[in-house]
Amino acid sequence: MTTAKTPTGELLLSLRGISKNFGAVSALTDIELDVHAGEVVALVGDNGAGKSTLVKVLAGVHQPTSGNISYRGKPVSLSSPAAALELGIATVFQDLALCENLDVVANIFLGQELNPFRLDEVAMEVRAWTLLNELAARIPSVREPIASLSGGQRQTVAIARSLLLNPQIIMLDEPTAALGVAQTAEVLNLVERVRDKGLGVIMISHNMADVRAVADRIVVLRLGRNNGVFTPEASNQELVGAITGATDNAVSRRESRIAEEAL
Amino acid sequence: MSEPKKPTLDRADARVTHASGIGGTISAFIDQVKSGDLGALPVIVGLVIIWTVFTILNPIFLSPNNLVNMLFDCSTTGVIALGIVCVLMLGEIDLSVGSMSGVGSTIIGVLWVNAGVPLPLAILAAIIAGAIIGSIYATLRNRLGMPSFVSTLSGLLALLGLQLYLLGATGSINLPYSSNMVNFGQLLIMPAVVSYALCLLPGLVMLVVGLQTNAKRRAANLSAGSSTGLAIKAALTTIGLVGVIFYLNLGRGVPWMFALFVALVLIMNYAFTRTQWGRSMKAVGGNAEAARRAGINVRGIYVSAFVLCSSFAALGGVMSSARLASASQQAGTGDVNLNAIAAAVIGGTSLFGGRGTAFSALLGIIVIQSIANGLTLLNLSSSLRYMITGGVLAIAVIVDSLARQSRVSHGRA
Repeated sequence: MTTAKTPTGELLLSLRGISKNFGAVSALTDIELDVHAGEVVALVGDNGAGKSTLVKVLAGVHQPTSGNISYRGKPVSLSSPAAALELGIATVFQDLALCENLDVVANIFLGQELNPFRLDEVAMEVRAWTLLNELAARIPSVREPIASLSGGQRQTVAIARSLLLNPQIIMLDEPTAALGVAQTAEVLNLVERVRDKGLGVIMISHNMADVRAVADRIVVLRLGRNNGVFTPEASNQELVGAITGATDNAVSRRESRIAEEAL
Repeated sequence: MSEPKKPTLDRADARVTHASGIGGTISAFIDQVKSGDLGALPVIVGLVIIWTVFTILNPIFLSPNNLVNMLFDCSTTGVIALGIVCVLMLGEIDLSVGSMSGVGSTIIGVLWVNAGVPLPLAILAAIIAGAIIGSIYATLRNRLGMPSFVSTLSGLLALLGLQLYLLGATGSINLPYSSNMVNFGQLLIMPAVVSYALCLLPGLVMLVVGLQTNAKRRAANLSAGSSTGLAIKAALTTIGLVGVIFYLNLGRGVPWMFALFVALVLIMNYAFTRTQWGRSMKAVGGNAEAARRAGINVRGIYVSAFVLCSSFAALGGVMSSARLASASQQAGTGDVNLNAIAAAVIGGTSLFGGRGTAFSALLGIIVIQSIANGLTLLNLSSSLRYMITGGVLAIAVIVDSLARQSRVSHGRA
């Protein structure tokens, strides 16, 4: 196992021994994860490795079966999505979690509307356009229902929504999967921008090029367990090995020890 | 144009056509209807057909006094339908509103007439009873996952039992005829001056709010509608309303009870469209999980909807006791339940959740009451009336389903 360089920012989020069972299935077992301010942590792993489950635990959608979560050194319980949002953990889900019957502005401001007793539609529309323009989004109209948008456009709306509350940590579950070339670049730019602003970013992706481009640390999950932490400089072979489980033999352990010494 | 203007914030995308001028507005409307976003169109078409047929069969139907009578009848079930809109918005249903209204009217009879409790307290008690029943439904749904279809179906029977128990052996309590309460339900009519003054308000509000919004949008570098179009819309609304009021004033005039109903519709319309609560209602009805992940208190929204629905049902029952001058075993039974639900659906609130307006209760109940009233004028038996009302509800649901399919295929869900 390689050890990544020690991050410098404040420790924002720290998970110890997180497990999550769905009936007989252990989706997550003894997961450990640290996220510092100003750091991009990439979560990689095969399908079914537990990445999305972990994100949902952090977003307050699922409650862990056991384990501790601490936020800025204080133990917290993320009992609901509202609790996670309140702490400053914003999430872009893979299954997008947008309301198709509402328009773009309503979706971006869902649950956070300005002026609850007399909605300020103009201010919300302006802010929505500002956020979307920051993402170089190509949204035809913010007053059309989400149902009329393409997958990529919906993704952009979901990302714009996560930025609305000025969160401390942003989690992106497969943010670039549905995006075109330009939008992918914009999302990666955005990830770097929010990191430079001192936010912690957790990004899930199957695209190794994207991961290497922005990640400071790469955390590999396999079958619901931690399977190594890598730097972006790690070779593709090492990463793929950790993801697929081919590292679980004497040769790969030797290789990783050599790599560790080389750092 | 001499110099090209910088496009406003929301008009930068060249792929989107934007309606301009009156022709553009009309063609945009046609596109919208074709894609299944029907709005109030089916109900208005239906209303024109129904009124034409009944007027041909019996000219008395369209006489001012018959219409005034109809407005009295609309108000009670209309208030109940307004509550139904709340639960339908979430994709839920309340099948017990008829029984709840029966309990509401019984509480008036028992507390006010029999026990001598002051009327305002008795009305309050009825509404609180509704709120309690609604919160029970919401709790069953939130904590036990009981579908509202089942919980309210059992509620229908249980509340009917409660109504019979409260009424006791007599089975009927008469409200004093000379009381203000009964006057309100049967006689009280707005002075003509007041009705004209009130009917100028909607156009005026439309104009002022519209101009304010336009100014604000321009200031924020967003596109804004034309002031002329706004003025035309406001003028047409005012002219239409003045025409209706004038016609009604040829007869007895506008009932205060109907004014109360319209006021409630307007309040709910504001709540649905301009508040965070209304936005959350639509979100939960559209995609409850997405709403939860956005941090909305989904359980709270369910509680608010069921409590409002049952409270409106109880209030409707109170109004019907005034209308009928009695609280009896028959109150809230028969077709009250179906009429209230049918009104909401016919008016354009979707059974599938996430879509609906407060005005659908108003428009829908006018359709339902027109059918009931017209068939009564034709001296048709209630057996036939039930069949026809059932048929109309079926048609409304079919239109709703077809429109929904069309919306999905046109990407407007």
